[in-house]
Amino acid sequence: MTTGENTQAPAPTSALSCKGLVKRYGDVAAVSGLDLAVRYGECFGLLGPNGAGKTTAVEIFEGLRVPDAGEVEVLGGRWRGDGVALRARLGIQLQETKFPDKLRVSEVVTLFRSFYPRGLAVEDVLSLVGLEEKAGAHVRTLSGGQKQRLSLGCALVGDPELLFLDEPTTGLDPQSRRQTWEIVEGLKTRGRTVLLTTHYMEEAARLCDRVAVVDHGKVIALGTPRELIASLGAEHVVEFAVGDGASATIEDSILRALPSVEDVARDGGSWRLTVREVHRAVPALLTALAEQGAEPTALSTHHATLEDVFMTLTGRRLRDG
Amino acid sequence: MAERTIAYRVRGPLDELTRARIRELTREPEAVFWVFVFPIVLAAILGLAFRSQPPEALPVAVVTGPHADARRAALSSGSDLEVSVLSEREAAQALARGRVVLVVSAGDTPSYAYDPTQPESRAARLAVDAALQRSAGRADAFTAGRDEVTEPGARYVDFLVPGLLGMNLMGTGMWGIGFSLVVARNGNLLKRLVAAPVRRSHLLGAQLTSRLIFLIPEAGALLLFAYFALGVPLRGSLLLLIGISLLGALAFSGLGLLTAARPRTIEGVSGIMNLVMVPMWIFSGIFFSTERFPASMQPFVQALPLTALNDALRGVMLEGTGLVPLLPEIALLAAWGAVSFVLALKIFRWQ
Repeated sequence: MTTGENTQAPAPTSALSCKGLVKRYGDVAAVSGLDLAVRYGECFGLLGPNGAGKTTAVEIFEGLRVPDAGEVEVLGGRWRGDGVALRARLGIQLQETKFPDKLRVSEVVTLFRSFYPRGLAVEDVLSLVGLEEKAGAHVRTLSGGQKQRLSLGCALVGDPELLFLDEPTTGLDPQSRRQTWEIVEGLKTRGRTVLLTTHYMEEAARLCDRVAVVDHGKVIALGTPRELIASLGAEHVVEFAVGDGASATIEDSILRALPSVEDVARDGGSWRLTVREVHRAVPALLTALAEQGAEPTALSTHHATLEDVFMTLTGRRLRDG
Repeated sequence: MAERTIAYRVRGPLDELTRARIRELTREPEAVFWVFVFPIVLAAILGLAFRSQPPEALPVAVVTGPHADARRAALSSGSDLEVSVLSEREAAQALARGRVVLVVSAGDTPSYAYDPTQPESRAARLAVDAALQRSAGRADAFTAGRDEVTEPGARYVDFLVPGLLGMNLMGTGMWGIGFSLVVARNGNLLKRLVAAPVRRSHLLGAQLTSRLIFLIPEAGALLLFAYFALGVPLRGSLLLLIGISLLGALAFSGLGLLTAARPRTIEGVSGIMNLVMVPMWIFSGIFFSTERFPASMQPFVQALPLTALNDALRGVMLEGTGLVPLLPEIALLAAWGAVSFVLALKIFRWQ
């Protein structure tokens, strides 16, 4: 509920803060007690599976939804009425926007430019999102990636102090995704504050200064990507599986006792080990398996990622939701 | 590739929103057809089908017999009747099928078989009887003078054109506003616009402005065609006609806004649109006079906005009615527009 505890008011360095945010749809709580503070000039990521409440939270920040409880402060202001003055300082990209098919790219950008008292020139926006060549093309003829970049352009046209990007690369091909990343990185170098949601851990790791891992409408972990990965206590992950007959004989305690192993997670006939040093853990693992008479049917190792952080925290994968 | 920077001109938000809306419409060939071409084509076709024709001779039959030839000669003397001589059986059949409207029997004193509920049959009876009496020796007491009048303004096409104009104002007002709003809502564009620093009054104002701009070519094309090609008169004030068209367009824009206030899908809004428009197509006197409906239905018929619009348009164009007698219609239209507009804003779903 709104408490108005001014002693706990966010520091003035916050471009965006929220406290105790709750939003329910019927019996389902999309957001259940979310606390966040985004600093000026940082790129902040909300990382979580589909249905974690990221979009609902962002739309509350954007003043498009009204929370059932909690407070939001955006650029030092609160949402009141249609908030036109505050909106002039924000850039907003929704998850999906269908611009009118028959309008030309430059016409769409010009239209959005007309809403902002100050901002970038239309031609600069077109070059910023790499659509100069498509300026005269009808929206209908654009590829998915180009449409997404047009949408990004419309969010940038007011030269916003704070930019919201909701799943900016979902459904894009790898090349379009990299182009979008480069645009966001360009904004970071210009000192803009960005809040983005994503369920791609690579995206969060590459773009975000800090990441909040969100699940079931709550922040379950917060920090820089490096800190979050370090919180696993080890930097590598070893995954292996054994045949059906042998899986019953393998005790987690045996694996936990192996050198350099920090954590063990089991999913049926396959295991995930969080390990400090692969070169010590793997030979010991193979020996242990051989002693149990279990032949590994699969074995792989990788550097720990945000995905592993999410799995360690929730036992689920990001993509599975 | 040569570096070339084009500087784009950016106008005010209302201006840009209106332009975007007009571009969208004019780049949609189907929309251009339905708005501009269809009413003219319809007026032309219906005008052709219901054109004023020289009065046709009434087909009558004389049954074969001793008097047949004399009777045929008597009936054929004028141009009003087209006479055939048939056997009794053939004549009965021809009458039953409507090929002739009256049969003169074979007897010494003729009797007429005809259907008194049909105006043509009754007219034929008068003409046949007069001709036969005259040939039998009756003298006319006097010969009345004739003054034949076929006035433009009393033809079906004259009745039709104001109705088509009203129908078009309803259709484009409702579809033009409703369709684009629902498409924008469905594709998240409405939400994206709300997320931008643009006033909601500008978003809706642009819809209305573009609607009114479109009214000029739309109503203009139909009226010019009707005036010059079909000879449909404009007896009242052109200014009043423009004013009523404007009011009609606004009233139906309000109704379109109301219909589109909630639905998220095209299917949804189409259903509601048809529910609103189909009764008016039938009851509001587009193609035939509302007076054909029984008195018990008149309160409903007269309360419809399209009835008021059509009556007002016909009043100005065909009867030269001035502003004051049309005030009830104008008030009804304005009320429909205002109520639906206010209601629409109250329940409007912006996302």
